[in-house]
Amino acid sequence: MTTLINYLLSGISLGSVYAIIALGYTMVYGIAKMLNFAHGDVIMVGAYICFFATSRYHLPPLLGVLGAMAVCTVLGILVERLAYKPLRSAPSLAVLITAIGVSYLLQNGAQLLWTPNPKVFSPIVGNGRVTLLDGQVSVSHVALVTIASCVVIMLGLTWFTSKTKMGKAMRACSEDKGAAQLMGINVNRTISVTFAIGSALAALAGVLLCSAYPTLVPTTGSMPGIKAFTAAVFGGIGSIPGAMLGGILLGVIEIFAKAYISTQLSDAVVFAVLIIVLLVKPTGLLGKQINEKV
Amino acid sequence: MKKVNKATRKNFLTYALVIAAYGVLQSMVSSGSISSAMKGMLVPICAYVVMAVSLNLTVGVLGELSLGHAGFMSVGAFTGVTAAMALKGIVASAPLRLLIGMVVGAGFAAIAGVLIGIPVMRLKGDYLAIVTLAFGEIIKSIVTNLYVGVDENGLHLSMLTNKLDLGEGGRMIINGPMGITTIEKISTFTAGFLLVMVTLIIVFNLVNSRSGRAIMAIRDNRIAAESVGINITRYRMTAFVISAALAGAAGTLFAMNFSTIIASKFDFNTSILVLVFVVLGGLGNMLGSIIAAAALTILPEALRGFADYRMLIYAVILIIVMLTTNNKAVGDLLQKLLPGKKEEEESHG
Amino acid sequence: MKKTLALVLAMCMLAACFAGCGSAKTETAEPTAAPAGDAAPSADAAPAAFKIGGTGPLTGGAAIYGNAVANGAKIAVDEINEAVGYTYFDLRIEDDAHDAEKAVNAYNALKDWGMQLSLGSTTSTPCSATAAETYADRIFALTPSASSPAVIEGKDNVFQMCFLDYPTQGGASAQYIGTMKLATKVGILWKNDEDYSTGLRNSFVDKAAEMGLEIVSEQTFTEGNADFSVQLTELQNAGAELVFLPMYYQPASLIFAQAAAMGYAPKWFGVDGMDGILTMEGFDPQMAEGVMLLTPFNADSKEAKTAAFVAKYRELYGDTPNQFAADAYDCIYAYKQALDAAGATPDMSNEELCDLMIKTFTSMTFDGLTGTGMTWDATGAVSKGAHGCVIENGAYVGLD
Repeated sequence: MTTLINYLLSGISLGSVYAIIALGYTMVYGIAKMLNFAHGDVIMVGAYICFFATSRYHLPPLLGVLGAMAVCTVLGILVERLAYKPLRSAPSLAVLITAIGVSYLLQNGAQLLWTPNPKVFSPIVGNGRVTLLDGQVSVSHVALVTIASCVVIMLGLTWFTSKTKMGKAMRACSEDKGAAQLMGINVNRTISVTFAIGSALAALAGVLLCSAYPTLVPTTGSMPGIKAFTAAVFGGIGSIPGAMLGGILLGVIEIFAKAYISTQLSDAVVFAVLIIVLLVKPTGLLGKQINEKV
Repeated sequence: MKKVNKATRKNFLTYALVIAAYGVLQSMVSSGSISSAMKGMLVPICAYVVMAVSLNLTVGVLGELSLGHAGFMSVGAFTGVTAAMALKGIVASAPLRLLIGMVVGAGFAAIAGVLIGIPVMRLKGDYLAIVTLAFGEIIKSIVTNLYVGVDENGLHLSMLTNKLDLGEGGRMIINGPMGITTIEKISTFTAGFLLVMVTLIIVFNLVNSRSGRAIMAIRDNRIAAESVGINITRYRMTAFVISAALAGAAGTLFAMNFSTIIASKFDFNTSILVLVFVVLGGLGNMLGSIIAAAALTILPEALRGFADYRMLIYAVILIIVMLTTNNKAVGDLLQKLLPGKKEEEESHG
Repeated sequence: MKKTLALVLAMCMLAACFAGCGSAKTETAEPTAAPAGDAAPSADAAPAAFKIGGTGPLTGGAAIYGNAVANGAKIAVDEINEAVGYTYFDLRIEDDAHDAEKAVNAYNALKDWGMQLSLGSTTSTPCSATAAETYADRIFALTPSASSPAVIEGKDNVFQMCFLDYPTQGGASAQYIGTMKLATKVGILWKNDEDYSTGLRNSFVDKAAEMGLEIVSEQTFTEGNADFSVQLTELQNAGAELVFLPMYYQPASLIFAQAAAMGYAPKWFGVDGMDGILTMEGFDPQMAEGVMLLTPFNADSKEAKTAAFVAKYRELYGDTPNQFAADAYDCIYAYKQALDAAGATPDMSNEELCDLMIKTFTSMTFDGLTGTGMTWDATGAVSKGAHGCVIENGAYVGLD
């Protein structure tokens, strides 16, 4: 029983990392209607910036995190301006391929800049853990911080999109770009802001990911990127609570599959569950069903 | 101005170009005037061309984004190689074994296509895309944990751990995550060329047939197609399964060109690579797919002179090409920078 | 229309690239490019250097290993060229991104360049593919680090420099644990999609029964796995007092960190691939305190040759070399020794060199950074010793 609880906790903690990444995916997808495959690599860049700030220049962890978020925000806006904006009216597949190009670019750029040698990330909150039930159940501080930040970010984003002017503009753009423009919303600016927020979240996700799994290499972001993309679809892409739910479920399923089915087939199990869910609910757990008009 | 039929003319142009390319390259090979690097890439290029054309059938003609096409290639590669290896000693002729391998590979990939197509064809758009991605990853996981051996009693299979107890003279064929390590290299450029031709014949005939027009009608407007009595599921499945079978044959061709093959070769990245060929070559444009597949396979090799910056430059070229082909402003700018490139071909637009 | 234009542009770019590379290649590639070409025409071109080529992952997820090999080999080549006063070796390492297909492409590019001796490939799967090519083309290959038996199996001209993990190392580890009575309940955590890890695990299991070790739990993981919480919990619940970790140091660093986070502290027993863990930037040596490992190479060694190599590597590349770099360095020196012993000259064809090298390598004894008194048998496998070490206060201490 305690083992089960331990597994559940590691699943939630892993899932929270997926969830934060998935939130970035879902925001960008919801507004720009594009699958941003370079998102995973922005995570990696964020983790590297934080690593250099804290380990090489011995800045306090908080400054490292803020620095990473700032750099990634600028990077996100830059990439959007140069690579995605010119393709706003192009078919979505063209943007997808460009995003893949950006992903290659970031990975190979990182490798040239920072060498392929793995760096060991020092956790931003130390290595302690909290034990419960006579020490049989334990949660690391990193896991607690990850879960907490995930919840805070989700609530923050929900508030942002429903209450602020910019947030409302984003929702309008995601519904109908043309109509939003007619209502006086600056669509281009809204999309840029979305990318900025998504990238800042990616930086934070990178820091948390590497705090839990501390080896940092230029390809660190790609696998979590794909998993988080899956999580976003799982929860219903475009939906903020959906991304969080999808991420956490994905993490829990992955850990349980490893523990009770097979460590070697855990990825297959995760994807099989995804397929089943999509067959039952074709737009994900919390996704909106859009009926095609004749 | 001869008014044959625009599509037919284009198809014949494609056949002619492929045959011409084969003729030139084959004569270079036999006269020894081709570099080893280029010669080594001929078979993989044929395999990628078949992959690109078959994926173009799904993405361009059927209009559904597939992110797991490499999964079918994997099924074809592993089953085809297993068949060819198991028949060693029974079937003496290597080209015949290769042919049997490709047929078996295509057959199993078609079965996988049917099994995957049933759930996938119920979905649409990005959700369909993610499910193909998921199936690709599942195939990779399963093949990674598959052990196959052969002895006098026939084929033996086991999953997860190597529990095979092979008799005297038995040998392992698929060794789990290590894949197949003792492949006899029997793929040839001629076999690759023939497969490309067969693929083109199948795809062009399908596209220009009644079925093909039905499939494109579904792509353009599903509801309208349904309302005129087109059986949507049947036609969508037809295209999807043919595409899977062709990918399977390409997988066999590809695998039999190397002495070793592992399941993780056919992952998400390979699917994406083939998708890049298709998008770059133009949706529904088979000649474009062929050129893009060949060009983008050669490109990273041609960039070896740049050493460490090779893949960085590859990424930049990819982005620039996407921007120029899809954005008027950037395209015009480049056109101004490179004068004298006012080109040809009013045939499609 | 736009599309066609862009494609044409792309093709032009490509053609330009090819033209550039092509012309550069043809200058040097002539002697050996054509299969019919023999040693005669190359004599009047008088190439002063032996052309050594190899492939390795210089980009992608396994780039650390390929770059280590490239750097280690380059140091050795520069040293030798400087010592003899002219270009003795001409070295070229091409990128294979840890992929069999790209490795064969890279190998073919090297063949066009006129490679006479090969360093094979850095990693096992690509190396099995290139080894088949070197066998067919009769180019001698000595791989620094591809440890799979599939690499050398049935190929008389493919040799390995890396520590032979079957059956020695895993068995030696089990024997060491048994005789030193380090533990009786042993767990194994291995990477089952890697030849290196699987081979070590198999030989360990074979020997463990003999040594009276009880294997209480076996856990596996595959490439890209970052979360070890399940595997570690299972090991802990099974009561493993010692965990055998046959793997490279990158996953090991993740395992140590997560075990520390969950408060699990068994004895850790590593293998030569673990070497390098202390040199990872940002690694807390406290995590690896008490880790035991058998390794043929030790970057902290006071031995003069090793110390000089490590110092030079640090100066040039800003990192501490791992065993891949040391193995590659040894490969070049082993080639030098064998070529001198055989009286080989750079104008020989690859076929002649191949026969000479097969003869010389199976009869010579070589002392390098990764071992002394190394010998090779006819299968191409190396035999060399390994030292037991324990990590104390962030440094290796010999266990004897």
